[in-house]
Amino acid sequence: MSAWSQFTAIVKRDLLLEWRARELVLGMLVMTLLTLLVFNFAFDLSGVQRAASGSGALWVAIVFATLLGWGRAVALDRQEGAWEGLLLSPVERPVIFIAKLVSMLVFVTIVELVALLVLAVLFALPVLQPGVLAVVGLGTLGLCTLGTLFAAMTANVRSREVLLPALLFPLAVPVVIGAVRATTLELNGFTGDAAPWQNLLGGFAALFFALGALTFGSVTEE
Amino acid sequence: MTTQIDRNDATRLGHDPVLTARALTKRYGWRTVLNRIDLTVHAGECLAILGPNGAGKTTLLRLLVGLVRPTAGSIEWFGRPAGDFGPAVRAQLGVVMHRIMLDPELTVAENLRYYARLYGVIDAAERIRALGEELGLTDRLGDRVRSLSRGFQQRVALARALLHRPRVLLLDEPDTGLDIASRIRLVDLVERFCADGGTVLMTTHAPELAIQLAQRAIYLERGRIVWSARGRDELDLYLRIQPRLVTV
Repeated sequence: MSAWSQFTAIVKRDLLLEWRARELVLGMLVMTLLTLLVFNFAFDLSGVQRAASGSGALWVAIVFATLLGWGRAVALDRQEGAWEGLLLSPVERPVIFIAKLVSMLVFVTIVELVALLVLAVLFALPVLQPGVLAVVGLGTLGLCTLGTLFAAMTANVRSREVLLPALLFPLAVPVVIGAVRATTLELNGFTGDAAPWQNLLGGFAALFFALGALTFGSVTEE
Repeated sequence: MTTQIDRNDATRLGHDPVLTARALTKRYGWRTVLNRIDLTVHAGECLAILGPNGAGKTTLLRLLVGLVRPTAGSIEWFGRPAGDFGPAVRAQLGVVMHRIMLDPELTVAENLRYYARLYGVIDAAERIRALGEELGLTDRLGDRVRSLSRGFQQRVALARALLHRPRVLLLDEPDTGLDIASRIRLVDLVERFCADGGTVLMTTHAPELAIQLAQRAIYLERGRIVWSARGRDELDLYLRIQPRLVTV
């Protein structure tokens, strides 16, 4: 029995469930599009503020959508004790962590691709460029890594919908700030200035990943 | 990263007893759910865990399978501390809890194939077919779990627990929702499992099931073992003396 086979089984199961239920991605998409639309009407999109407004709108949409996604993903996993079934199987905890992270990354990436296209149309911004995509990728990795860990931590808590964002917020702040700053700079064409922020995002993603892989076993025990 | 699940590997890990729990205690805040439970279970034994609601039966099973961390005390599976080789121990356990531990939106076959991959079952298709026949699920393999009755869901949960040929079955009220025919099938299945050298730990509210299957029983009340009975006659006697305790 290989860890790879277990990993692919978990990811395949998550994707199949989402394909059947279409709850997670659809909910996240609606939240994202609504956020972008509201910001589009609320802000003055003329002049130099366009990039900052677009960048802020994008990351608010991503953060809200992923929070919604985690809540739903945890609920789907917990129904009828399927999560306990996974924990009882002979799968190493880091494998579960990475599989759950990858599943969530797939869902969030689908939402982000649509969000970027909508952002390009509504805000008339050149979002489909390597620098912006790299920032979105790194920021998403950091957020999803943190979210996967905290979602597991709060899985057995009755008020997890409230607790999850409350716990997540302080740690996610540097990622969100870094992502907004780097996206704005990339959209304005200051690629060189965005590099330190990208490094920060990469560093946080690596740190959260290591933290998650090391502690996932402990946080899943009652 | 690989995890061994071969039954022979577990045999190498140790022999009798299969399970030893010492001074097992679980507290949630100020409330003590289990209080210094000592328990030894040997290979091939079927142990019934009896007691009224809230006695700590389910918590005991959850502690033994590693879903809950004990406040104090120790657990040894196959002669070694459970924490030392988690996946190797988990590979030897088949667990049926009150919740069915299946994905309702997946079909019976999809659920079983998923668990077969998690447990590294090589002959998954053959094993699923055989268990389907044994548990009367052959016609329902393509049905979504959500669409099944509670009794059928319980049968699928049993199939999932047996899929990887575990050495130990831990069953939390396995007769819940089963009709008479399914209950007979369950008894037959557990008897054959024990006859093949498997070990069973089972909580139940049904005294007749305990008498029928268990060689030994313990009775829990308020987190403590109040009495234990060895042999069916002794168990029968205890249950006759204190029938109200079991049927609460």
